[in-house]
Amino acid sequence: MIRVVLPVHLRTLAHLDGEVALGVDGPVTQRSVLDAVEARYPMLRGTMRDHVTQKRRAFIRFFACGEDLSNELPDTLLPDAVAKGAEPFLIVGAIAGG
Amino acid sequence: MSAIRLLVGTRKGAFVLTADGQRRKWDISGPHFAGWEVYHIKGSPADPNRLYASQTSGWFGQVMQRSNDGGKTWEAGGNEFKYAGTTGTHLWYDGTPHPWEFKRVWHLEPSLSDPETVYAGVEDAALFRSADGGRTWQELPGLRSHPSGAKWQPGAGGMGLHTIIQDPSDAKRMFVAISAAGVFRTDDAGETWRPMNRGLRSEFMPDPTAEVGHCVHRIALHRSRPGVLFMQKHWDVMRSDDAGQSWKEVSGNLPTDFGFPIHVHAHEPETIYVVPIKSDSEHFPLDGKLRVYRSRTGGNEWEALTKGLPQRDCYVNVLRGAMSVDALDPCGVYFGTTGGQVYASADGGDAWAPIVRDLPAVLSVEAQTLP
Repeated sequence: MIRVVLPVHLRTLAHLDGEVALGVDGPVTQRSVLDAVEARYPMLRGTMRDHVTQKRRAFIRFFACGEDLSNELPDTLLPDAVAKGAEPFLIVGAIAGG
Repeated sequence: MSAIRLLVGTRKGAFVLTADGQRRKWDISGPHFAGWEVYHIKGSPADPNRLYASQTSGWFGQVMQRSNDGGKTWEAGGNEFKYAGTTGTHLWYDGTPHPWEFKRVWHLEPSLSDPETVYAGVEDAALFRSADGGRTWQELPGLRSHPSGAKWQPGAGGMGLHTIIQDPSDAKRMFVAISAAGVFRTDDAGETWRPMNRGLRSEFMPDPTAEVGHCVHRIALHRSRPGVLFMQKHWDVMRSDDAGQSWKEVSGNLPTDFGFPIHVHAHEPETIYVVPIKSDSEHFPLDGKLRVYRSRTGGNEWEALTKGLPQRDCYVNVLRGAMSVDALDPCGVYFGTTGGQVYASADGGDAWAPIVRDLPAVLSVEAQTLP
């Protein structure tokens, strides 16, 4: 299972506590993980990436295993530790503002 | 006994304020959608417990919410607002072409007759409609594809379609207002639109009387006289007696005719309310005195309403969507400020009292009169 940690506002919107555990078919990539999150929680569609272009929203960042993966291509494989569920895939609202 | 429910959208969530018909003691629930900007919440005239809310965030984008129990519980609806056809461009602040980009929903207007149908005015300016209770949204593209669309330009707050008015006497007629394009009217249920800005004068424009480009802040009408419209423009308070085809200035003796909201009394179609603001560069009341101005003559002759409102050191603003009236007699009038106060008058504006003082900045106020 893939572990995903969502920012607090999206956890509230999806009515969930803590991290999410998801099964992902095929290669574990940013795209396949987000597809799985949105399939289970349809109210999150459009909040992390654009409905049409599928581009990451400007103030959303992706981290895993101590690395910033935000600018990786969506079909790049995520680290093995994420694919095996040892480490979570972190979806983070960027620090912005003063 | 009747009851009043105020739907208040703020910079950091939504609040629902309720009182009985006396309007003296208020219960406050919220924040709903805490931490999100709530541009607008409005109830269906056909089913007052059906509410629609626009929840938005710079981080997470647009979320639409719907309630079937008057705001006690909410469920997220569809949030895909896809412009129809070729997107095209409008003018950017510097006058260069800029592609249309959806940013947020500014205004929600439920159908007068069908709780499942609701209109959404969005930034960048366009009109969307849902006929399935907010699950899916379709653009009414005739507005944005009007030949003038390529010349529309954002106001300081963005290029928002911020006002939607349905004509209660004609299901096919609707008015919208856009900053900074102006007023448009459809007579065929949104298929085609015509600019309705004749008589407006905006000195900041290269051609001050051009057909489009005016920064209209709000328009309002009384349901018994849908051919009479009132407008608070960037500067100037205006009136139309021919359903928007021509406008004349009725600023009269106002101390300043800059402002944002304008509203009509529930039972007196010639009684209107504005909140004069010092200027477009100083968005606060003149001389630090928060004063609502009322005209009982449909404009030109105005009286200051000050009882219960701060008359010194007050530097809040009242935004375009932050004023509403109830349908009781005497008519209740309500407005919210950027300082987080929501003021109420249960006597048509003669006297005011704060319902609550310390909410986040208020973006919108809608009053519902419940049986």
